[in-house]
Amino acid sequence: MKANHGTSKAGRRTVRPAKSRSTKWLLRLYVAGQTLKSVTAFNNLKIICEEQLKGQYSIEVIDLLKNPQLARDDQILAVPTLVRKLPVPVRNIIGDLSNTERVLVGLDLIGHSA
Amino acid sequence: MSETDTQSQRKTLLKSRTNIQGLDEITGGGLPKGRPTLVCGGAGCGKTLFAMEFLVRGSLDFNEPGVFISFEETEKELASNVASLGFDLNDLLRRKKIWLEHIYIDRGEIEQSGEFDLEGLFIRIHHAIESIGARRVVLDTVESLFSGLPSPQILRAELRRLLRWLKTKGVTTVITAERGQGELTREGLEEYVSDCVILLDHRVNDQSSIRRLRVVKYRGSTHGTNEYPFLIDEDGFSILPVTSLGLNYSSSLKRISSGIPRLDTMLSGKGYFRGSTVLVSGTAGTGKTSIAAQFVEAACKRNERVLFFTFEESAQQLVRNMRSIGINLEPWMKKGLLRFHATRPTHYGLETHLTTSIKLINSFEPDIVVLDPINAFVSGQNQTEVKTMLLRLVDFLKMKGITAFFTNLTSADESIEITDVYISSLIDTWLLLRDIEFGGERNRGLYVLKSRGMEHSNQIREFKLTNQGIDLLDVYVGPGGVLTGSARLSQESKDDAEQLLHRQEIVRQQISLERKRKAMEAQIALLRSEFEAEESQALKVIGIDKARDERFTHDMARMAKSRMSDVLTKPARTVKNGKGIRGSTR
Repeated sequence: MKANHGTSKAGRRTVRPAKSRSTKWLLRLYVAGQTLKSVTAFNNLKIICEEQLKGQYSIEVIDLLKNPQLARDDQILAVPTLVRKLPVPVRNIIGDLSNTERVLVGLDLIGHSA
Repeated sequence: MSETDTQSQRKTLLKSRTNIQGLDEITGGGLPKGRPTLVCGGAGCGKTLFAMEFLVRGSLDFNEPGVFISFEETEKELASNVASLGFDLNDLLRRKKIWLEHIYIDRGEIEQSGEFDLEGLFIRIHHAIESIGARRVVLDTVESLFSGLPSPQILRAELRRLLRWLKTKGVTTVITAERGQGELTREGLEEYVSDCVILLDHRVNDQSSIRRLRVVKYRGSTHGTNEYPFLIDEDGFSILPVTSLGLNYSSSLKRISSGIPRLDTMLSGKGYFRGSTVLVSGTAGTGKTSIAAQFVEAACKRNERVLFFTFEESAQQLVRNMRSIGINLEPWMKKGLLRFHATRPTHYGLETHLTTSIKLINSFEPDIVVLDPINAFVSGQNQTEVKTMLLRLVDFLKMKGITAFFTNLTSADESIEITDVYISSLIDTWLLLRDIEFGGERNRGLYVLKSRGMEHSNQIREFKLTNQGIDLLDVYVGPGGVLTGSARLSQESKDDAEQLLHRQEIVRQQISLERKRKAMEAQIALLRSEFEAEESQALKVIGIDKARDERFTHDMARMAKSRMSDVLTKPARTVKNGKGIRGSTR
């Protein structure tokens, strides 16, 4: 699996964005204050989006310390949590997004088998 | 737990009272204030309910608002679940006394990438606490986090941090957890919650369930260490600590009639003690229920209230059957003096029976409680539990001064006393009914096995169920023991015959004596007449002789006169001599 890691990733890159090109991506990042984790997460997300979804995404950062009610409304437990609001279905990724591979899987930009 | 104990503990450790029935007694005043308590147990053992009642009672009774964080059930589900316990959760929610929050985790939707923490959860709990000023928090099955979120190491660390954080918030927390294999909880939460651990258990024994609660650990406080049975019913939790009932009830000297006058006589003439425990045991069909019914009727006639628990017959059937022996219970039911409560013993577990019984007793306030029969509870090897249950019921009844009347079916092949040994010590007056099989028939015998605090008869009495109730018969003790039924009747008639014979014999002897007397008298008469005949004969002879003597004397005198003799007396003397000689020769 690990051996063809690079090639599959490269292969998918060319396939998937074609599908997503027409769609608008709405991503929401929930954080709790300006912690190291939240800053790391935002930076990682930014990089991935620039690489994968240039021009067709928007990122909304929500600080739960400022809007605690939203944690309940959106069922957030762990922070940082990245929620793909659009395209549907909604997908959740937790963590500082340092593992790009998992983020891509979570956002359904590459298949789970990868 | 006495008042002073509770006070001395308050000094060392602040406790948060729960007002859950019985729990504060076991824990000596409640859960540790401002600290977490772990409540663990298997599925369906009542963890959520325990936690919810802790919150609801806290907000209602102590004005301590509470936050319920549910990892399993939604707010709606929770509200409807506890509505069955009589708590209006929606009202409490509206008044901001309770905060419900459902935390939804679906593993399938969550992907992990890198480090994370549970700050979101912290924020939510914090927000909830701040919103209503909560003093109590419940985390219902916090372990769901482990199945929902990746990375157990992070979760563990975060949980530890969460508990520490809750402590600093000063809220009294209840954390529920599933019981694990060989451990208290599946994820070893007991390692983090070190202040108080309560274990709930739900066992099924012979198809009936028993719920138990045990305080496994309570740091800094003494606590009851037993397993306490508890019940969940329409009023929530109730735990019945055995220790909360003591042996300090007062005993009445008043006596009440058993409803059977001759049985009263056997119990030193006055019947049972009020507030005592009466057991009637016997084999099938010996009339246990009838004796109970007779007692009940007598009590109702005295205007006393009776609560009759029947476990084998329906109320209607029992009333019908009792009517056949002349005991009419229906008017008393209509009058409200008598209430039946008919349930199958297998319907609930023992604890449920006990607690529902106690509840019913509290609401009906009877003078007399009848349990018919208590052996219905015994199935398999649960005699100890039955005894514990009865012990607690008896203690409860005694404290209330209620007379308890139990019946008990004993199996015929065992000695009656042995079968009942497990409850014997609870019983004050024990009547034993037995079949006396003799001469091809069964008859009913009754005796008083024991009766504490009164003199009582030691006789085995035969009794009959007549259409005018129960009738104790005269004792008939034959050579081979007590005779009953037709044996008694035949013995009685045999005795009658013997007695008749005996009387006849006496008459006969009297007659023969009379005859003898008559014979004797006849003989006397004969002798007398013989004697009289002889006597008259003799007198005649004597008369002749006398006349002859006189003649002779006269003649002699005349001769002497004619001879002019001077010796006058001499011949007379000779005559006298001559007469004497003659008399002796005769």
